[in-house]
Amino acid sequence: MHKPIRVLIGKPGLDGHDVGAKLVSRALMAAGMEVIYTGLRQSARGIVKAVLEESVDVMGLSILSGAHIPLCRKISEEMKTQGLQDVTWIVGGNIPRRDHTKLFEIGVDGVFPTGTAFSTMVEFIQEKVKR
Amino acid sequence: MSDKTKDEGQLHWESGLAVKPIYTADDVAETGGLDSLGLPGQYPFTRGIHPLMYRKRPWTMRQYSGFGTAAETHQRFLWLIEQGQTGLNVAFDLPTQCGLDSDDEMAHGEVGRVGMAVDTLADMEEAFEEIDLNKITVSLTINGSAVAIMAMYFAMARKRGFDLKNLRGTAQNDILKEFIGRGTWIFPVNESIRLVGDTIEFCAHQVPKYSAVSVCGYHIRESGADPAQEMAYGLSIACAYIDHVLKRGLDIDQFAKGLSFNFDIHGNLWEQVAKFRAGRRLWAKILKERYGAKDPRSMQLRMIAGGGGGGLTIQQPENNIVRGAYYALISALSGTQTMALCSYDEAYTIPSEHAARLSLRTMQILMHEIGLCDTVDPLGGSYFVESMTNQMESKILEIMNELEQQGGVVKGVAEGMVQAAVNRQAFEQEKRIQTGEVKKVGVNCFVEKEEEREVEFHPYREEEANKQIDRLRRIRAERDFEKVKSCLKTLHQAASSGKNVMPAIMDAVEAYATVGEVCGVLKDVFGAYREPIRF
Repeated sequence: MHKPIRVLIGKPGLDGHDVGAKLVSRALMAAGMEVIYTGLRQSARGIVKAVLEESVDVMGLSILSGAHIPLCRKISEEMKTQGLQDVTWIVGGNIPRRDHTKLFEIGVDGVFPTGTAFSTMVEFIQEKVKR
Repeated sequence: MSDKTKDEGQLHWESGLAVKPIYTADDVAETGGLDSLGLPGQYPFTRGIHPLMYRKRPWTMRQYSGFGTAAETHQRFLWLIEQGQTGLNVAFDLPTQCGLDSDDEMAHGEVGRVGMAVDTLADMEEAFEEIDLNKITVSLTINGSAVAIMAMYFAMARKRGFDLKNLRGTAQNDILKEFIGRGTWIFPVNESIRLVGDTIEFCAHQVPKYSAVSVCGYHIRESGADPAQEMAYGLSIACAYIDHVLKRGLDIDQFAKGLSFNFDIHGNLWEQVAKFRAGRRLWAKILKERYGAKDPRSMQLRMIAGGGGGGLTIQQPENNIVRGAYYALISALSGTQTMALCSYDEAYTIPSEHAARLSLRTMQILMHEIGLCDTVDPLGGSYFVESMTNQMESKILEIMNELEQQGGVVKGVAEGMVQAAVNRQAFEQEKRIQTGEVKKVGVNCFVEKEEEREVEFHPYREEEANKQIDRLRRIRAERDFEKVKSCLKTLHQAASSGKNVMPAIMDAVEAYATVGEVCGVLKDVFGAYREPIRF
């Protein structure tokens, strides 16, 4: 038996739209993964700390306020400060296509805008986190 | 989005009600036939809350708007008024909504992004400069920090010479729904309800024509509830506020007319119409029978109802223009008082002027060209509509009673049960859309291969955010700090002793205390909300 893939779904910043984060949490759980959902209004520091403490394979951030660039930059800085390297980083939410490249440059591994099929995310994660 | 079951003869709405191919007089006979309906403007107001409805006064058009600094938002307000908008609906940025100042660490990157940044009374003054608050009624979309923002609005109006006794307008100020969806809560559940109670009580005495609360089914629906649940949870929340305020010794007719509602429109046309007509009747009955209201105005469900963002799609964005027009039609057919549409680009950005104007024109075309204001409740008396209104009323009541038996909406929200139930449903519905069981044009049928969309994005300018922070720091330096300190101390005492906090907050904001300072004092006394995570 493989150990299940562990995922942390976080809501950085002040954005209160959590339907997507919770839907993705449910979908990943339904696909057999272990999911920790942080709840709203988490600081970058707190999220990265939780990723390290929970030793998850995937860090998923849900951002719908449009602040994905500054928030992901902050996360990236925190990852350096706290020494987090070995994690698959995905971002979902209200992310216009023109910003995807910028997010990849910051260090994000996968971007899943609103409306992405659950199966696409599940497959991406299973592919990235090979057991 | 009606779900067809496998049996071709059966059709069900999202709320679960079954729809027949044909309706006749027999379908309304059980409830006394069409003669028992009553007239518009008469209890139980099924056909509308005013006798002449749009013949006398068309709906107010109030697009949700605000971004950047108060100066930028002020320009958009003036432009919207010039375009024929008859009310304003203010969007605040997330730091303001969460009770944080623009230079708070958590505000980084969010200042002025999804709405107007407000730190002090000075911002409120600038946003509404020269706007006649007697002619243009203003709705403030503010919840967690509503006590501070409402106080700033009242202080601004008073300073401008408007008599608070005659000031009209609305604050959203519905904190219970923030715990279910939208998420701009600050304080724990019971303390939050107490603050809503403080504003209701304050307005009942000081700003009697103002609607202190706009109870929102809207965001609960957006979070996954079906239309019947949307109405049921909304009415249950309104009852929770009433129960709280009655304990303070106020008479129901002193404050119930200050409660208004905000509902969502997307999905099946007839289901929404039945929802509104049923909700209006049920609310009137609850006020009269359960609470013993005598003033008909206390029994009237007044609402803003416009397009629901949840119905709009990122794919083929122009389709949203068409959807918006149908949502507006549904809203007018349902007897709304105020209308706001989500603009077609709102699924991904702050509406451009072009998109905002289209929304406004949509409503204006309905009002002036199509004949929607010709007669009151044009669907009234349809066997189908009346039968479904009756069934919807029973369904809403059933959900409300069930929630009551489980301990009530306050307990359900505090423990996270309501949130989990609504999200479970959102998950099931999303799966139905992803499998194509529920059709969504452009999403799971009639799909086009789309290239990078040519969409105009509202620019986020960091220099505007920096301007806001500079301005805040300047005001902090220039104000009489001793006075601010003493006002905040008085607020602390009021909050800890259970006194109404509104007078103290009015004094504090008049001395240019910031949103963050006011909410900070309340956080010291009340603590912060801890979100229950349940699946």
